[in-house]
Amino acid sequence: MARIIVVTSGKGGVGKTTTSASISTGLAKRGHKTVVIDFDVGLRNLDLIMNCERRVVYDFVNVIQGEATLNQALIRDKRVEDLYILPASQTREKEALTKDGVERVINELSETFEYIVCDSPAGIEHGALMALYYADEAIVVTNPEVSSVRDSDRILGILQSKSRRAEMGQEPVKEHLLLTRYNPARVQRGEMLSVADVEEILAIPLLGVIPESQVVLNASNRGVPVILEEDSDAGQAYDDAVARLLGEEREHRFMTAQKKGFFSRMFKGG
Amino acid sequence: MRFLDYFRSKKTSSASVAKERLQIIVAHERGRRDQPDYLPQLQQELLAVIRKYVQISDDMVQVEVDRNDNCSILELNVTLPE
Repeated sequence: MARIIVVTSGKGGVGKTTTSASISTGLAKRGHKTVVIDFDVGLRNLDLIMNCERRVVYDFVNVIQGEATLNQALIRDKRVEDLYILPASQTREKEALTKDGVERVINELSETFEYIVCDSPAGIEHGALMALYYADEAIVVTNPEVSSVRDSDRILGILQSKSRRAEMGQEPVKEHLLLTRYNPARVQRGEMLSVADVEEILAIPLLGVIPESQVVLNASNRGVPVILEEDSDAGQAYDDAVARLLGEEREHRFMTAQKKGFFSRMFKGG
Repeated sequence: MRFLDYFRSKKTSSASVAKERLQIIVAHERGRRDQPDYLPQLQQELLAVIRKYVQISDDMVQVEVDRNDNCSILELNVTLPE
């Protein structure tokens, strides 16, 4: 049986796709056979972030509607072994994702994969509900900013009432907070909510803190999941998050502002 | 006192304002989330019944459900005009 992890947030633009790409890459890198599914029908982007946009032939909706087999639609990652991408359809309606159809695909994937990562669209509409419905675990991606935190709380409410686990009265979906675009210097100046503030408000366990970093945009420009930028703070923070997801204990890093000395300013370009 | 307030008010960071606002709105929205779906309708119908006898405005009837360990209490608060 595969473990099904949804990456969700309610609010758009907080880093769901970036996170889905990095978490799935990280899991596969550690030898766990992983597939990442793009649930954003009509606005697919995971293919771009993972640099396989020109290899998409069939998609998730084709498989649901029996127009292609899973093997035809799955794209094998060229960098990491054991990593596959199931792209969203760019032309269909979101309603093409039916509960039965999604369940059939997930069941079939469960036979061969250890982890199924579901990249949710923004919002709380049909596509987002389908992405979270079958989840065993949820990574709630949140920015330290009022609208994102409020929307995360809303999505937590939905996980607790509308997921399959909730409907069946099973053990609840395991929730994880992933705080992204964190800027410790601004937190120190009292301009940004701190990790502790967000933890206190949302009251779910912290999976990781990804610092705001120029590396993230640079990596997405080139179609590289940022976790593969192993020398970068954001890449290492994602690697920590994957380790914690797998049960490893790792101390949280990148949560305090680095004081830059004169020399590092001069020689490392500030 | 004025003198001290000057320094104090300057220290209210925007982050702490954000936290306070979020705590209030999130608590409010969580409270509504746990309530049964029929509550707004119940409130409207109760309002209609009471209006047969007394003229009251919408905000004068408050309906809430309090959950305890083994039972729920439906709390009905009606303010009658003088």
